Amino acid sequence: MKTRSALLLGSLSAALVAFALTSPRVVAADKVDPAADAKAFQNFFFQKFPEVKHEDFVNGPYSMNADMKRQWQEKEEFPPYEFALDAGKEMFATPFKNGKTYADCFPNGGVGIRQTYPYFDEKEGKVVTLELALNRCREANGEQPYSYVKDEMASLTAYMAFTSRGKPMDIRIPDDPRALAAFENGKRYFYTRRGQMNFSCASCHVQSPGERIRAEVLAPALGILNAMPIYRSEWSGMGTISRRFVTCNSQTRAVPLEPQSDEYRDVEYFLSYVANGLPISGPGARP
Amino acid sequence: MASSIRVRATSNGDITEVQALIQHPMDTGLVKDPKGEVIPAHYIQQLTFECNGKDVFVADWGTAVSKDPYVKFSFKGAKKGDDLKISWTDNKGASDTTTAKIA
Amino acid sequence: MKRSLPLAMLLALSLAPAARAANEADYKAAYATAEAASKEAAGLRNQWTTTVTTLAAARKAADGGDFDRATAAAREAEALAKASIFQANSEKDAWKAMEIR
Repeated sequence: MKTRSALLLGSLSAALVAFALTSPRVVAADKVDPAADAKAFQNFFFQKFPEVKHEDFVNGPYSMNADMKRQWQEKEEFPPYEFALDAGKEMFATPFKNGKTYADCFPNGGVGIRQTYPYFDEKEGKVVTLELALNRCREANGEQPYSYVKDEMASLTAYMAFTSRGKPMDIRIPDDPRALAAFENGKRYFYTRRGQMNFSCASCHVQSPGERIRAEVLAPALGILNAMPIYRSEWSGMGTISRRFVTCNSQTRAVPLEPQSDEYRDVEYFLSYVANGLPISGPGARP
Repeated sequence: MASSIRVRATSNGDITEVQALIQHPMDTGLVKDPKGEVIPAHYIQQLTFECNGKDVFVADWGTAVSKDPYVKFSFKGAKKGDDLKISWTDNKGASDTTTAKIA
Repeated sequence: MKRSLPLAMLLALSLAPAARAANEADYKAAYATAEAASKEAAGLRNQWTTTVTTLAAARKAADGGDFDRATAAAREAEALAKASIFQANSEKDAWKAMEIR
């Protein structure tokens, strides 16, 4: 325990020094410093699990358990998200009633851009997630928005994630106090205990990845969103990032927030930013 | 509408390995919808894999099989390029068929 | 004096069962405080699912005329809501203890 924390401290100070050298900004203890936070966050996991390859963290529980990994690799030859992926591809190509398509709403026609979401919209002053952008695209073209948690939304994001597979997560935080505040707010949400169980996101996904919670193996928080959306055998269906947040909340006996509420958008921003550099692996399959 | 059946059949010398994924709700008839009404049973009753006019795998299924079932098996006596015909019928009389080439 | 003591005891005895069983007014008061606390928790974005279900249980018992149970459930809901408020307030700073730095 002592050596680990010493290691952590050592690497952390190294990271801080490295950051201080590359950035003109002064590192103060109470200043929002996403780059240093991301570095510390990644180092924590790299040191806690020295045997796990860095790019393997995005495979969640499979990076923690060799037996599960073998089963999953076999499953990946014929993945359960295939139907959703095909449906998403078809939906993406199908024009709206006004003749436009999803491709018109996104840079690069929506292909290979998943790794840049969520982004901070400086006009709106808020974080915009991929799911939110998809529904805004629908509404701008006179269509009804989809449910944020599953079905169509999961199919669409599955297809968009698929076109970005292997690309490193690439989230930017503009030099805007509101963007920094969103990042900080997401971080606070991630570490805040809630619900009758008194769990924070970090209680499971930072303190105990690789441990079992009932029959499940907990995924590390690092890169956890890179695999989204996921087919969960437990749900016998697909789920989006929103669905993951909502079910995590209710499992700790906290009343979930509305999908795409500010807190959820901010925590997605935080989690995605600290996973910068790790590849997109979605759509994923989880037990 | 794309086929409800996905197949991959690969020949490995003497043995052909088949994997198939079928899109089907496989409702047990014991589950209620959000309004509290029972979702009627809807499940695949028979699944057949046929190669060169001969059944190589026949399954009589019930409600205990999961949604979107996955099947994997292997058999002898086929070669690369042979046709593998897969079909299912469910308890509501619906059915689907697809043919795949053994690779 | 000597006579009034047994009288008072008799009075107390006859009143005791009535005081123990909760009536609709007790329930309404308990429910109102519980609801207020749960609204405060919701305002802090930290409502517990158990608060909501316990409040619902209180309402259901009251609708069935079981004010003993309804009052007890309302008081439990109030305790749960108070605990969630305490949690939300203490976490305003305590979350930093978990942060990876």
